[in-house]
Amino acid sequence: MSGSNELSRRDFIKVTTGIVGGLIGAVIGLPTVYYLIDPALREGGKESWVPIGKFDDMQIGVPYPFSFTRVQVNGWERTASSFGGYAVRNSDDPADLLVLNSTCTHLACTVNWSEEANAYLCPCHDAKFSIEGEVLDGPPPRPLDVYEEHRITEDGIVEIFFKEA
Amino acid sequence: MWKNIYLWLDERIGFNDLYANLLDRPEPKTTWWNTLGSASLFLFVMQGLTGIFLTVYYTPSPDHAYDSINYIMEGVAFGWLIRGIHHWGATLMVILVFIHMLRVFYTASFKYPRELTWLIGIGLFLATLGMGFTGYLLPWNQKSYWATVVGTQIAGTVPFIGEFTLKVLRGGPELSALTLQRFFSAHIWIIPAVLAALIGVHLFLIIKHGESHFPTKED
Repeated sequence: MSGSNELSRRDFIKVTTGIVGGLIGAVIGLPTVYYLIDPALREGGKESWVPIGKFDDMQIGVPYPFSFTRVQVNGWERTASSFGGYAVRNSDDPADLLVLNSTCTHLACTVNWSEEANAYLCPCHDAKFSIEGEVLDGPPPRPLDVYEEHRITEDGIVEIFFKEA
Repeated sequence: MWKNIYLWLDERIGFNDLYANLLDRPEPKTTWWNTLGSASLFLFVMQGLTGIFLTVYYTPSPDHAYDSINYIMEGVAFGWLIRGIHHWGATLMVILVFIHMLRVFYTASFKYPRELTWLIGIGLFLATLGMGFTGYLLPWNQKSYWATVVGTQIAGTVPFIGEFTLKVLRGGPELSALTLQRFFSAHIWIIPAVLAALIGVHLFLIIKHGESHFPTKED
């Protein structure tokens, strides 16, 4: 046996075990990876116009808080997620409306308007934003996000364009 | 570099010794009947892995158990495969462990000095049945619900301690969320821990004693 090019019985068993084991590993392993990451591959992204309040109720210079809930089916359950923000009017001009997202740009806690501080404050890491959403203090990397697309219906209701993540 | 890493590890672990003692042991003349233990071990590992993956989606609550399994079967990519392997692997494991036990009995391999290996093997067989019994309830469908009603009721017929045993198994007099939760706990933590420990001792003893010869006509 030794010196010949033929595979010894032992080596044959080793190679066969390796190949069969590798096959079983691959057949089970690859689907398993897919199984684990499957929810991350789902496409969400429903779009809609969401009413946030009457235009007449929004006073000039006072942030108008709003919130809304979207229901999504996650796995076997319907999950309600809350979103919110502040509508800020600077003048009588209906086009002069700023709609801020109240999700802090630092680590996604929710900011609240504080009358005394004259700023949006984040309870998590003491972030501070001006009425226009500019960073005044704290760790946020950028100003508050803005709902760019909004419109006023004939009934005087402000709606924002919302796209789910 | 890989060679240096290998040499560093080898100096501290001793791969050759491991290989010689675990995989290159001297064996008597063996047949396919000698492979049932290894097959059982393979299934145990397989059940462990697929079980771990199932817990990524499964929820042990009466409100969600059935729906979450439904989701595994129809919503998740390859969920049917993972659960299928776990489901059929469970049945196969009970059968294999039992045939393994019969083989050891018929070839008298349980005799001195291997009695302890045999006794631990009995523990392994009972634990395997325990895995089957607790796992059966988890889908929380009609069949598993009533099978567990009957199974725990049988435990309740034991004289003197029956009623107490039934309450311990069910976590109360009736099947409830508590039953599902404690069966789940037993299925993924308690019994697997017992199984792993017993398998460790079982394997140690097998490596220590080596495989037994099959008896000949003279024996």
